[in-house]
Amino acid sequence: MSQPDDSAILSRPRYGTLSPIEASFHLFCADDEGGQAIVELAQDVPANFFDSAEIIYVNSQPALNSKTLAALEQLNCPRMYTGPTIHAALPRLSTSISRMRMNSQIYISGSESMLGLATMTAMQANIDHQALQTEHRGSLARRVQCVHCKGITEQVTTQPASCEHCGLLLLVRDHYSRRAAAFQGVNINAEDPSEIPAKEEVFT
Amino acid sequence: MSSPATIDVIVTHVVNVNSLIKRFHFARLDGQPLPAFSGGAHIIVEMQDGENRRRTPYSLMSSPLDTDDYQISVRRDDQGRGGSLYMHQQVKTGMQMRIGYPTNLFSLDKRAPKHLMFAGGIGITPFLAQIKQLIATNGNFELHYSVRNQELGAYINELAQTIGNRLHTYYDDKEQRIAFDTLLSTQPAGTHVYVCGPTPMIEHVLKRTAALGWPKVHVHYEHFAKALPGEPFTVQLQASNKTVEVGENESMLEAMEAAGVDAPYLCRGGACGQCETNVIEHNGTLLHEDHWLDENERVSGKKIMPCVSRFCGTQLVLDR
Amino acid sequence: MATKACDLPFRKETFRDDFTFRNSPETIKRAPFPFDKDSYMYAVNMELHKDGRAGTAFENPFDVDEHYVAEMQDRALVLNEDPLRCQSLPHMKLAGWDVLELLMTHKASSYPEWFSLTRDGNQWHWINRPMGIDQKFTFGDETTLPYEPLEYITRQAQGDFCVLDERDGNLWMDAGIVTTQADWSLDFDIGMNFFEWHAPVPLAHEKGIFTRALKYLLTIQQGNPARRLNWTMTVNPRLDTSPENYHVWGPENIQITPENVGEKLFLRIELQSFWRLPRSNAMLFPIRCYLLSMQDLSTVPKWATRMHRVLQTLPPEIASYKGLDGYRDIAIEWLSQFDNGAPTSSGSYPD
Repeated sequence: MSQPDDSAILSRPRYGTLSPIEASFHLFCADDEGGQAIVELAQDVPANFFDSAEIIYVNSQPALNSKTLAALEQLNCPRMYTGPTIHAALPRLSTSISRMRMNSQIYISGSESMLGLATMTAMQANIDHQALQTEHRGSLARRVQCVHCKGITEQVTTQPASCEHCGLLLLVRDHYSRRAAAFQGVNINAEDPSEIPAKEEVFT
Repeated sequence: MSSPATIDVIVTHVVNVNSLIKRFHFARLDGQPLPAFSGGAHIIVEMQDGENRRRTPYSLMSSPLDTDDYQISVRRDDQGRGGSLYMHQQVKTGMQMRIGYPTNLFSLDKRAPKHLMFAGGIGITPFLAQIKQLIATNGNFELHYSVRNQELGAYINELAQTIGNRLHTYYDDKEQRIAFDTLLSTQPAGTHVYVCGPTPMIEHVLKRTAALGWPKVHVHYEHFAKALPGEPFTVQLQASNKTVEVGENESMLEAMEAAGVDAPYLCRGGACGQCETNVIEHNGTLLHEDHWLDENERVSGKKIMPCVSRFCGTQLVLDR
Repeated sequence: MATKACDLPFRKETFRDDFTFRNSPETIKRAPFPFDKDSYMYAVNMELHKDGRAGTAFENPFDVDEHYVAEMQDRALVLNEDPLRCQSLPHMKLAGWDVLELLMTHKASSYPEWFSLTRDGNQWHWINRPMGIDQKFTFGDETTLPYEPLEYITRQAQGDFCVLDERDGNLWMDAGIVTTQADWSLDFDIGMNFFEWHAPVPLAHEKGIFTRALKYLLTIQQGNPARRLNWTMTVNPRLDTSPENYHVWGPENIQITPENVGEKLFLRIELQSFWRLPRSNAMLFPIRCYLLSMQDLSTVPKWATRMHRVLQTLPPEIASYKGLDGYRDIAIEWLSQFDNGAPTSSGSYPD
C-alpha cells in the first residue's frame, strides 16, 4: 500500500452551520469555541426558543471562554451544564438524549473531537447520525485509531503521529469511522521501517 | 438490468373480507416453497385482462416466514383502470397466475427500539406482515389503525387477538381521529414512525413530524402512486425504433411491454426510480404522477416515469 | 480440456510463512480473468450472476475449488489471532440466518458430492464432507450452532462476506467476515455507507461510478443476483493482506526483483457478487479472491499479453491506490517477453 491522497474523501465528516429547526425541545452540546455557535444561533430564534432547551457546555479553557460562557448563561436555559472536559460531559449527554422524546433537535458544535464523540453518543442512543446538526469551531486535533493495535490516541495534531499504545508511526488518514469517532491511522513506514518521516503540526 | 424474475403460482383461496376487499392466497405451481420475504414487501401481480397485460403491485400481508402461502388483499376501485376489478371479478380459486419476487420499499429499520405505525384503510396490509415479523423477533411496536367504519375495518379482529393493547383503532363514522400530535410528541428516543394509507394521511404525518422536529430519517412511508386512466396518447421509442399507442386504461409502461420493449421496472408505483426514462423531445405537457422525480427534474422536462405518468400533446420521444 | 472442479483434490498448502500455495494448470484456466480488453479503467461493470460456462469460476453461484480446505484453515488462523475480523451489528442477526440458508442451499445443490442439507421444518442437518462437519441444528436458534450463523457458515465458504443493510436509499456495511481482503478493515469500516467505505478509492467518485453502482445495486432483488470483477496485485500468495497486519506484510512489497517477479508477484482477482437476502432485505456481498502468479499468467498467452498492456497504460492514481508502485516497472519488463504487439482476441476467456 502506498500513501493515498485522502484530500476531501467522502468518509471525512462534513460539518454545517447550526440553524434553528422547529421542534418541541432543543438539545445543544458544545465545547470551547463551539459555544459561540450557539450564541450566534440564538440571535435569530423565536422568543421562548430556549425555554424548552438544554445546553451541555464543555469549558476546557475557562480563561478564554469567559465571554462565551456569560453569553450562554444569558440564554436562561432551564437546564444548563458546564463541565471541564468532553469525556466528563458524555455521560450527561447520553442521559439527556435517552430521556429525550423524538420531537427534539440535537445541535453539536465545537472541536473535531466534540463533534465525533457527541455523534457517537447519540448513535448509541439509537438516534441516526443524519438527524444531528453539527458545526465545527476550534480545534482540529483528531482522535486516531491505530488500525494495527486498535488503540485510540486522543488530541493528535501531527502528521505522521505516534500511536501511544503500540508505538508505531502512523499516517493519519481522512478515512473516518463514526462508530469509533476516530480517524484511521496506518503505519507509515511499514515497507521500510528505517525511513522515519518528520512530524508536522497539521491538525490544529 | 432486465425485468425482475417471476414465479408461477396458483390461486389457492379467494376470501371475501368485506364488501370492498377480497383476499387472495397463492402457492407455487411447482409445489416448491415460495421465497421468504421481509415485512413491508410487495409483489407484482401479472394479469392478462383481455389484450391488456397489467402488472400491479400489492403488499404481502402474510407472515414473511410462511413460504407455503402468500396473501394479498385487494380493495375494489370502481374508478380505476380495472386492475382491482379484474382481481375481484376474474380471479378464482385454482387459477394460474404469475407474480414477481418480493421487493421491499417499505422496510422496518431494524435498529429501532420502537416502531410506531399509522395505517389508514387498505394501508394496513404491509403492517400485517411487519407485525408478524416483529412478533417473531420480539420487536417493540404500536399500531394506530384508522378505518371508515366497523364493517370496512379489515383484520381488526385478527389483530386484536394477536397484538391486544398494542392495537388502537379509530372509526371515521364515530368521529374518532388519531391524535397524531400527541403521539408524535411522546415517543422515546430512537423511535421510528411508519405510515401507509390514503395520500392525505401520509402527507399529514410527513407535515406534522417535520413541524414537531422529528428527524426525516426516522420517518418512513409507503406511497405507491396508482397508474390512473387518462386520454390516449402516442409515444415514440427511439432506441427501440417503435411508435406505441397508449390507451385510456393502460399505462405507458404496459403499452411499451405490449409492444415487446423490455423496459426496466421494480415497483410500478412511481416510487423506486427504476423505470426512469429520458425524454428526448416533446411538444405538450408531461403529466408526472410519480414520487421519484424531484421538482427540478420535473421542470426540466427531460425525465419521465412511464409506470404511472402520462402525456398530453402530439409528440413525445423517449430514449428507450 | 477443462477439468470439472469436482474432480480436483483439495490441496494441502499455506498462504503465509512458507507460502506453499500453487495453482494446478486446470485452476489457472478456470480463473475469472478480469480484463476484457487491453486497458483498464473503473466502470460500473455489473452483470447478472447467472450460472456460467462449465469449467469456469462462474459455473456455480458460490465457486468451490482446489484451495477450499486450505483457505478455510487460513481463515481459522486469522480469526484466532483477531476475532474482530468477523462482526455483526446487533440488528443484523436475521441477515446472518439468511446468509446461512443461501450458502447451504447453493453449496448442497451445486456440489452434492461434498455438501448436503436436509430440512424438516426448522430442524436442519448439514454435512460438509471436505471439512468433516456433520451438524444438526435448529434454524433460527443460535444456541444450536457453535458460532453465530454468519460466522458458522462463512468459516466454511471461500472468500470474504459483507452484509449490507438497506436504509434511506443507501447500503450500510453492518456485518461481515473479512480475512482475505485487499487492504481494508471491517473493524474500522463497519457501520459505514456505500460511499463512505469506498471513500479511499481514487477517480471513481468523480466519474460518478459509485452513484450509478449504488442505484443498480438497490434494484437487485431475490432471484436476480449480480456480479462484477475487481483486481489488484499482491506480493506472495497471501490471502490476509489486511491493514491490521500491514506492518507485517508491507516489507514484502519491496522484495520484488526481475528474478523473482514471475513466481512472487500475483494478480489478485476479486469475484464480487450481490445477493438480496429474503427475511432481512439486506444485501450479501461476497468477495471471492483468486490468486494467479505472473508465471501462472504466462501459461495463457492472451492473459500475459493483456496484463502487460494493462499495467503499461494504468493511470498512476489507480496504480498508487492499488499499491503497485514498488514493482510495476519490474512486472511490465518481465511481461514484455509475452507481448509481440499483435492484437488480442475479444472477451476475457483464454483462446
